[in-house]
Amino acid sequence: MNSPLVTALMAALPQFVTGTWLTVQLVALSLLLGLLLATLVAVMRLSHLAPLSWVARGYIYVFRSTPLLVQIFLIYYGLGQFDAVRQSVLWPLLREPYWCAIIAFVLNTGAYTAEIMRGGIEAVPHGQVEAAKACGMGGGLLFRRIILPQAFRLALPAYGNEIILMLQGSALASTITLMELTGVAKAIAARTFQPIEVFCLAGAVYLGMSFLITRGVQLAERRLTPVKR
Amino acid sequence: MIDLLGFGARGWGLQLLQGMGMTLLVAVSAYLWGLGLGGAAAALKLSGHRGGRVAADAYTTIVRGVPSLLVIYLLFFGGNSAATWVVSLLGFNGPVELSALPVGILAVGTVSGAYSAEVLRGGALAVPHGQVEAAKALGMNRWLTFRRVMLPQTLRYALPGLGNVWQLTLKDTSLVSVVALVELMRVAYLAQGATRQPFLFFTTAGLLYLAMAGLSGRLFARAELWAGRGVRRAAR
Repeated sequence: MNSPLVTALMAALPQFVTGTWLTVQLVALSLLLGLLLATLVAVMRLSHLAPLSWVARGYIYVFRSTPLLVQIFLIYYGLGQFDAVRQSVLWPLLREPYWCAIIAFVLNTGAYTAEIMRGGIEAVPHGQVEAAKACGMGGGLLFRRIILPQAFRLALPAYGNEIILMLQGSALASTITLMELTGVAKAIAARTFQPIEVFCLAGAVYLGMSFLITRGVQLAERRLTPVKR
Repeated sequence: MIDLLGFGARGWGLQLLQGMGMTLLVAVSAYLWGLGLGGAAAALKLSGHRGGRVAADAYTTIVRGVPSLLVIYLLFFGGNSAATWVVSLLGFNGPVELSALPVGILAVGTVSGAYSAEVLRGGALAVPHGQVEAAKALGMNRWLTFRRVMLPQTLRYALPGLGNVWQLTLKDTSLVSVVALVELMRVAYLAQGATRQPFLFFTTAGLLYLAMAGLSGRLFARAELWAGRGVRRAAR
């Protein structure tokens, strides 16, 4: 055993833990806000009002076709260029790398999730909508009680993949100085001159989290599908 | 402001185009390397060989479970440190730095290959087994069956998925900028640092990525039409 390395890694352990915690925070907050945004965008996308649908399509296309790194840099470096932004009430938020990362992640995952939600909404059998209408439901109630719960359930497997992609995307927060798991690993690797061991350790933590997410989504799927319970 | 994007003395137009060329070079090379790697992994997964299957499963699970950025860091910094160690064994001193281009291609391609493997495996499974039996009955050997029956049809079924992997690979190349390879993203970063116009340059970079993604998407759609000619569709 290479004992100086073990000592160095043990000394870095608290940093690894705080880095992992920051990763979890970034991912959880982005997913939560992203899901809200995605639901709204998916409804807009399916709307019969053409302009609403176009706006949603444009947003989804742009954010899915450009690298996440461009989006993060555009928000973190790009917005600060304008005096109007610097003097606005949002500046305390946009000045912080943390919130810039969150905004970029929410916009990014929102675009991918909107397409997943659209798939879920379109997969709800039309007979259900007719039955609900026959029962006198309409508009918001029908959407809230009949379409949305089933759409969520149908979209869950694909959404599980998106959660894992978000976890991986969160590594890019390290490029705007945030010390999440990848940022911590890079700093420790530079300090200890043991990049292989340190990055493999970080990779193992990511793998563990991916595994937990996969299992969690499987459990949620089983709980939400009465037939499988 | 527009002259900053032009080709004049103050313009970054030429550098941006060169960066875009580098991005395409990395993306295409990494994609092809990934196709080879993914094809081999898919073949191992479908083979009866137990050890090979476990190795291929480990490759796709691990690479798809960790961030691409981490894979790039591992291969780049880890590669440098491994190379330094190897040269020290040969009696030379001092740190070695590998060239960013091959390492970048290797890293992005390794990630791309893990996704290609799953797509190709799905494509191969979609080919009806009766076709393989028919080929055998006609006296084709394994290699000929693979080349004439399996490969063309696997590619046809896998094409939509391979198009997605290409888009992913193209976007992943932007991550190589963090190890100082001068591709599109890196040029945009350098340009905004020199001109203090981050919004302009990152928007331009975004639009150029959008253009590359859009054009190549068209090509893949064309390829799908071409590969699917003579196939009757269930719907439409």
